[in-house]
Amino acid sequence: MYSPLVMEHFRNPRNVGELPDADGVGQVGNPVCGDVMKMMIKVAEDRIADIKFQTFGCGAAIATSSIATEMVKGKTLEEAMELSNKAVAEALGGLPATKMHCSNLAADGIHKAIEDYKSKRETKKA
Amino acid sequence: MQRLIYMDRAATTPVSPGVLEVMLPYFSQKYGNPSSVYSLAQEARQAIEAGRQTCAEVLGASPREVIFDSGGTESDNTAIKGAAFALQEQGKHIITSAIEHHAVLETCHYLEKFGFEVTYLPVDKHGLVKVEDGEKAITDKTTLITIMLANNEVGTIEPIAEIGQVVKQARKKLPNLVFHIDAVQGAGALDLNVDKLGVDMLSLAAHKFYGPKGMGLLYVRRGVPFISQQRGGSQERNRRAGTENVPGIVGMAEALRLAEEKRSAYVEHCSKLRDRLIRGIASIEQSFLTGHPVLRLANNASFCFKYVEGESILLSLDFEGVAASSGSACTSASLEASHVLTAMGIPEEVAHSSIRFTLGWDNTEEDVDYVLRILPGIVKRLRAMSPLAAEAKKNV
Repeated sequence: MYSPLVMEHFRNPRNVGELPDADGVGQVGNPVCGDVMKMMIKVAEDRIADIKFQTFGCGAAIATSSIATEMVKGKTLEEAMELSNKAVAEALGGLPATKMHCSNLAADGIHKAIEDYKSKRETKKA
Repeated sequence: MQRLIYMDRAATTPVSPGVLEVMLPYFSQKYGNPSSVYSLAQEARQAIEAGRQTCAEVLGASPREVIFDSGGTESDNTAIKGAAFALQEQGKHIITSAIEHHAVLETCHYLEKFGFEVTYLPVDKHGLVKVEDGEKAITDKTTLITIMLANNEVGTIEPIAEIGQVVKQARKKLPNLVFHIDAVQGAGALDLNVDKLGVDMLSLAAHKFYGPKGMGLLYVRRGVPFISQQRGGSQERNRRAGTENVPGIVGMAEALRLAEEKRSAYVEHCSKLRDRLIRGIASIEQSFLTGHPVLRLANNASFCFKYVEGESILLSLDFEGVAASSGSACTSASLEASHVLTAMGIPEEVAHSSIRFTLGWDNTEEDVDYVLRILPGIVKRLRAMSPLAAEAKKNV
């Protein structure tokens, strides 16, 4: 059902936890559907200096969250905004078809966290 | 490699060695087509009829009332469509419950496309159908009532004999009213006597009681209006066409005989383990038992572990050598939470956290204790990752 890499990330998720002083937070998904992802980022010099996630969901949801955080850590915000859900799934060696829609939201979560950071920065400036 | 601890008996069971042994000659030695005249074929014919006799005895039925088929899904389809279409001149109303197996629910949905009206009886928080609800739902157009003997997800045992009494009363006005039960989860654990249960049709699947997959039976009481669904040759007295699965029939009959013979020992063995598991899991916080606390199958222990998703628990258990099951959407292709748990009033986000352990002969106290040792850590690890658990903590 799952690729070995999915299982590896599920067993040893990277960057799991909370960032209490996060600069941006993005939560996607819905508990009713069985998947919720929360992405938290620290931003320094327009780059993702640190990122943590919390995920309620199946193996695919946890593995995509984990690998997505690895893919954007240290990247510029612009580069991170270009990450797609599809690229995350591909990096894991693919996902079962039924998981592509509901459990593959990590990139969306990261984008939302970046947008949250930007809007907070705007508010501060104003 | 560590031993697999298999706790998913409600999904399927291994074929027991004794059952396999009696099946083997019917693959390559006694392979005749039972419909042929020569002696090779007659050996197969005799094996089928002996198997029919055995199954009939367990059901307290006559051998002529037993139809062999491919399993629980076919039996449910055949029973429901067979009776509904046979009686459609008299009415097109069917009564079932909200927590039936998909083999029943999807067949009812299919009949709705042909103008049948279906009442889906609600259940209480324990998954029990109320007999009065069934009684009230009967109209002068009702031709069929189909309710499961015991639920596959939560193990709740339905009041079939009581509903049977209601049906008996209702027959004073509706002489042809048919009562079918899906007894797939009950074999080996519950009494399947059709007269005590008061049922007209009953579905079984061999692979749920240590028999082979792809093999089932449908009991149809003599005189019950019924139109055969699978058309072709005259096998099974024109009620189910197709060359008989001779090794399957031989295997199912032996498996059913053994299941009935060892039923009380099985119930004692499993319920002891089940109660040990339930007691142990009660100490995991934010978890609860699903299904009825008392009226439940001896082998079923099912739970919800709030804030963690079922599939991720199953994967974690699998890493530790334990096979179990979940009503989470992520373990099915439907992407919806279990219809059984939601019908019992469990919110969808909690239904996603369900885990079902179904025990069998091969499970031991050590197995249960092993699960109780590893499960709290699995739930804790996943909760530490869960934003829902973090939110709940903040809201306390």
